[in-house]
Amino acid sequence: MKREIPIVITLVAGLFMLLAWFVPHPTVKAAYEGLQNWAIVVVGFTYVLGVANLLRINTRQVSRKERDWPYKMVLIAGLLVTMVVGFSEGNHYTDVDSRFQWIYRTFYSPMTATMFSLLAFFIASAAFRAFRIRSVEALLLAIAAFILMIGRVPLGAAIHPAIPAAADWLMEIPQNAAKRGILIGAALGVMATGIRVILGLEKTYGGGDS
Amino acid sequence: MSLAALRHLDRRWIFLGVALLVIVPLLFSFHIAPVLPSNRSRGFYDAIEKLPEGSVVLLSGDYDPGTSAENYPMHLAAVRQLMRRNMRIIALALYPAGPPLTDQVLRIAGEEYHKTQGVDYVNLGYKVGNELVMSQMGQSIPNTFPVDNRGVAVNTIPVMKGIQNFQQIRLIVDISAGYPGTKEWVQQVVSRYHVPMVAGVTAVSAPEYYPYLQAGQLHGLLGGMAGAAEYEVLVGAPGLATRGMDAQSLAHVFIAFMIVLGNLAFIAGPKKGNGR
Repeated sequence: MKREIPIVITLVAGLFMLLAWFVPHPTVKAAYEGLQNWAIVVVGFTYVLGVANLLRINTRQVSRKERDWPYKMVLIAGLLVTMVVGFSEGNHYTDVDSRFQWIYRTFYSPMTATMFSLLAFFIASAAFRAFRIRSVEALLLAIAAFILMIGRVPLGAAIHPAIPAAADWLMEIPQNAAKRGILIGAALGVMATGIRVILGLEKTYGGGDS
Repeated sequence: MSLAALRHLDRRWIFLGVALLVIVPLLFSFHIAPVLPSNRSRGFYDAIEKLPEGSVVLLSGDYDPGTSAENYPMHLAAVRQLMRRNMRIIALALYPAGPPLTDQVLRIAGEEYHKTQGVDYVNLGYKVGNELVMSQMGQSIPNTFPVDNRGVAVNTIPVMKGIQNFQQIRLIVDISAGYPGTKEWVQQVVSRYHVPMVAGVTAVSAPEYYPYLQAGQLHGLLGGMAGAAEYEVLVGAPGLATRGMDAQSLAHVFIAFMIVLGNLAFIAGPKKGNGR
């Protein structure tokens, strides 16, 4: 029964959500909306679970003084301080001069922006160290990369108007064709997986084998 | 130093080169080349211009500070254009750290165009659930967001008067950094409710949305900081993105140069080895 009940719930819920998409009857619509509300509540609780898990793992590592434990302590302190400050300010946490906003502007915002900006340095380094033109395909890739990198910034048009035009062609024809193929393939895969889940052929979501 | 010796170049020199080429143009604007708007940016701009004044526009700021260098300038420029055209703005965010950025752009542009929170615009804030939130908004926006970002009941907010679901929305403007974002709005809302939509996205994710643009499911697309700069020029308010174009131009040239240099060093070196 431990295996069958989840499969039956998935089958019924999956079929209902699929049919409700096409049935505008108020009763069906209300049930459809209710199920979506449940799903949103469940997703909300995963955040609570995530915080609890993060605290559990990191407090254990700090207490055992495992590798990089001081950083984990900073992580726990940051999480708890931000939560306490946010909750203590209630609905005023969105105010411009709130302490929560100060934490957001002073710590969170620059730190996350810094992480993303590191990409520029790593891309430049990887371009020098790893982008080797060893084959015709690699040469084509390099030419496309040059055209796109120069054609996508104002400098490209200033050098020659054909450069941004070539960049547009690359994006709109070969790139788009490849992207469409990937999208169609992914969509077919999602549909196949959905049908397998509804029919009970795919059971990995329940922790078992597929 | 010979070309072959470059194979062992300390990568910190490369980091220094990138840092200088980004920082110096940001500090001293050179105006290397004028910013020329593309058809994609023009499509974004025209979609808003063509709307009648007072139309209801849904503005979704689906990003966080990590990508604010690219997304924030286009977000601010979009709000400026919407407010200049006196649109009713319903803003929200599907990224937990997004609402403060939405608040900021609404506040800045609101002060410039003398708009009042609650009367001309509202920030509904963040709601967990990704595609589920979009889908549920199709049933009822007030039920999905019973209160706004400040905790005020939406049925008491003047700008929300008469808003039930996507039938009242004339345009969706999505500023997106990835998931959940533009792709999900197209799949869940545009394809089902046929609401026109434009999107501003990060440069790295822009290629993903070209099929939607070509299919007419997106009316305009801003790709990265370059797209934001083009849009700023169209809106007539050059800002952060336009100022960043010199830095981005030089950084792109530097990376192209690094590819060439890396390969020359590889060719000049011993035949065996991985070019490190």
